[in-house]
Amino acid sequence: MERWFNLPLALHPARLITLGMDHMKLIDAARVIRSKNAGPTTLTVDLMFNDESGYRRALAAPSLAPPEIARLYGLKPEQVEVISYPPAIAVKIVMDRKLIAGDPGDRDVYGAQQHGPLLAIEI
Amino acid sequence: MTAIEKLREALGLRVPNTDTAGVHLSTSPTDYARDEPDSGKPRDERGSGKPRDERSAGASAKRELPPLRVLAGSGQLGYGIPDAALAAGLERKPHFIGCDMGSIDPGPYYLGSGNMGTSEGITRADLGKVLRGARSIGVPLLLGTAGTAGAAPHLEKTLAMVREIARAENLHFRLASIRADIPRDLIKSAIRANKVTPLGNIPPLTEEDVDASSHIVGQMGVEAFQRALEAGADVVIAGRACDTAVFAAIPGMLGYPMGPAMHMAKIIECCSICTTPGGRDALLGTLDGEGFVVDSMNPLRHASPMSVAAHSLYEQNDPYRVIEPEGVLNTEGARYEAVDEHRCRISGARWEPATRFTVKLEGARRVGERAIVLAGCADPRAIAAMKEILPAVEKTVRELVAGSVSGPFELYHRVYGIDGVFAWPEPPDPLPREVFLMVECIAATADDAKSVATVFKQYLLHHGFPGRISTGGNLAFPFTPPEVLSGTAYRFSVYHVMEVDALEPLFPVTLEDL
Repeated sequence: MERWFNLPLALHPARLITLGMDHMKLIDAARVIRSKNAGPTTLTVDLMFNDESGYRRALAAPSLAPPEIARLYGLKPEQVEVISYPPAIAVKIVMDRKLIAGDPGDRDVYGAQQHGPLLAIEI
Repeated sequence: MTAIEKLREALGLRVPNTDTAGVHLSTSPTDYARDEPDSGKPRDERGSGKPRDERSAGASAKRELPPLRVLAGSGQLGYGIPDAALAAGLERKPHFIGCDMGSIDPGPYYLGSGNMGTSEGITRADLGKVLRGARSIGVPLLLGTAGTAGAAPHLEKTLAMVREIARAENLHFRLASIRADIPRDLIKSAIRANKVTPLGNIPPLTEEDVDASSHIVGQMGVEAFQRALEAGADVVIAGRACDTAVFAAIPGMLGYPMGPAMHMAKIIECCSICTTPGGRDALLGTLDGEGFVVDSMNPLRHASPMSVAAHSLYEQNDPYRVIEPEGVLNTEGARYEAVDEHRCRISGARWEPATRFTVKLEGARRVGERAIVLAGCADPRAIAAMKEILPAVEKTVRELVAGSVSGPFELYHRVYGIDGVFAWPEPPDPLPREVFLMVECIAATADDAKSVATVFKQYLLHHGFPGRISTGGNLAFPFTPPEVLSGTAYRFSVYHVMEVDALEPLFPVTLEDL
C-alpha cells in the first residue's frame, strides 16, 4: 500500500486539503528559490520557474508584491523591489539587509539561507 | 615585444596609433581591428557566428574581429583548481588566462585583518597551476582581488607566493602588481566635497570611519590592468578589482566592443557556475565582434541559454545593469542562443560609457575580540523556556563580571532549531527535539571575551527555571572547553561609491622582472 509519506510532496494529503484549485505553493511552481547578498548591504532572492505559466502566476500574485515581502522580512515596502527577468523566466526580489553582512548579531554573512519565509507562500 | 603586442600580432590586429595607455570607453570596434578578418589564421567556427543584432556594435563601423579565446582558470583561486578542465582549457590555446581570487562576500574579517580566506598550501598550489599554464603557452595571466580582499597585505602575501613559485620552477616573466588601497586623505576630501555616497543601507561615510578602518580598498576597473599590460606585463596580480576587469581589459585593448566583452567577463568570471550542473571547472569564452560563446572545459557541464541567463541574475541587485568604474553594462537587449547541447552564444549587450568615473570603496574596522560558547540541548522544558532562560542568564552574568571585566561587551545568542539562521517572529510548532546554542561575546580584549563566555557557559549549564527536570545540567558539550576564542571581530565601515576625476592615480602599477 502506498503510504502518504512516500508520495511526492505535491500530493501530500495535508497539501491537497489546504490547496484549492486556484492556489499553488511557490515551492511547487519554482525550481530554484535562492537568496544571496548583492554586496553587504543588499539581499537578493531569485525565483526561477519550471515554466512560463508559473512565472506569470508569480508575477501576478499579491503575495510576491513588495508590501507582502516587506512584511515577511520585517522591512518597509519601499525597501523591497521585485524585478521580472524574462530571459530566465525568473523573478528577482531585492531588499535591504537589516544588518550589514558580518555586523555583530548577523545570522548569515553570505545571505544564502534567507529564503525560508518564501517557501510557504501561496501564489 | 610585450605580451599584448604578441597578442595583436597573433590575432592579426593592427597596432593602434592612438594613446592606448588611456581608458578605453568606446563601444565601437575602432582603430584596433583590421578591415578584413585575418583569413590566414585558423578560425574558431563556434565563436564566429554571423551578426544578428545590430545593437551590439553600436556604431556603424562594424568590423569582423577574429575569435579571442579567454580562459577563466578559477573563479575563487585558493580553493583548489580542477586539473582536467584547466588542462583542456590550455589545449584550446587561449589568448590569455584570467582568475578571480577574492570578493567582499566572505564578510569583513578578511579585509579588516589582512588575512587570506584560503589556506596557504592550496593557494600556492593553485597559483602554481595557472602560472605554469600561462607560461607554458606564453600568454598573459591576469589575477584580480589577490588574497581574498585585495588590500596591501593580501597583495603582498600573494606576490610573495608568485615570486617563490617563479624561483622554484625557473619561470621568467615581467610581473606587474597593482595596489588598490585608497589614500585616506583623498577619501576625506571627497567626503567634504560630497562625492561619497552610501551603497545601500549603510550610513553616510564619516572621516572618523575612514580613520578607524584598518584597510580601505577601491575596486579597480579595466584601466589599471590595461596600464600594467601596456608596460609590458606578462603576469598581472591586482589588489581589489572588479571581477569583470580581469577579463574585459585585454578585449578592450585589442579593440573588441566593450558591451559583449564586459558581458562575457561578467559571465565567465565564476568559471563553470553558469553551467548545468554548475561547478568550478575552467570555462572558455570565445569573443568576436558581436558576442561570445561559453564553453565549459568539463564536458559534463553544459552551458544552455537558460543556465547562462540565470547566471546573469546571480549576486546582482539589477540583472540588466552592471555598474563598472568606467561605465554601465546594459544587458537588456542580450540574446542567449544554444550553439549545441554544450555551448551557448550570447550577444546584444551594450556598454554605456560613464560621464564620471566612480570607484566602489570597501573598508572594515575592528569591533573587538570574539569568544563563543557552543553547546546542545535536548531537554524539552529547557528548549521551551530558552527564550526566557538566555536573557535571565545574561542578566546574572553581567552582574557577576561587572567587577572583573573592565570594558563594555556585547552578547548575542542564537538558538539553532528555533531562530539561529533567520529571525522568525514565532518559534516552530512543535518545537524541535534538540537545539544547538551559540553564545557570542565581543569585548575589548580577548581575556574579557573569554571570561564572559566562560561564566555564561557555567551559569547557563546550571540555570534553574520553573518546571526544570534535568537538574544535572541544561547543556550537552560535544567537547571541552566549549568556549572558544575566535579572533578579532570586524565590521564593514565603508561600502560607498566615490566620484573621482581620474582612476590612474588610485591604482599604482609596480613592475618587476622575475
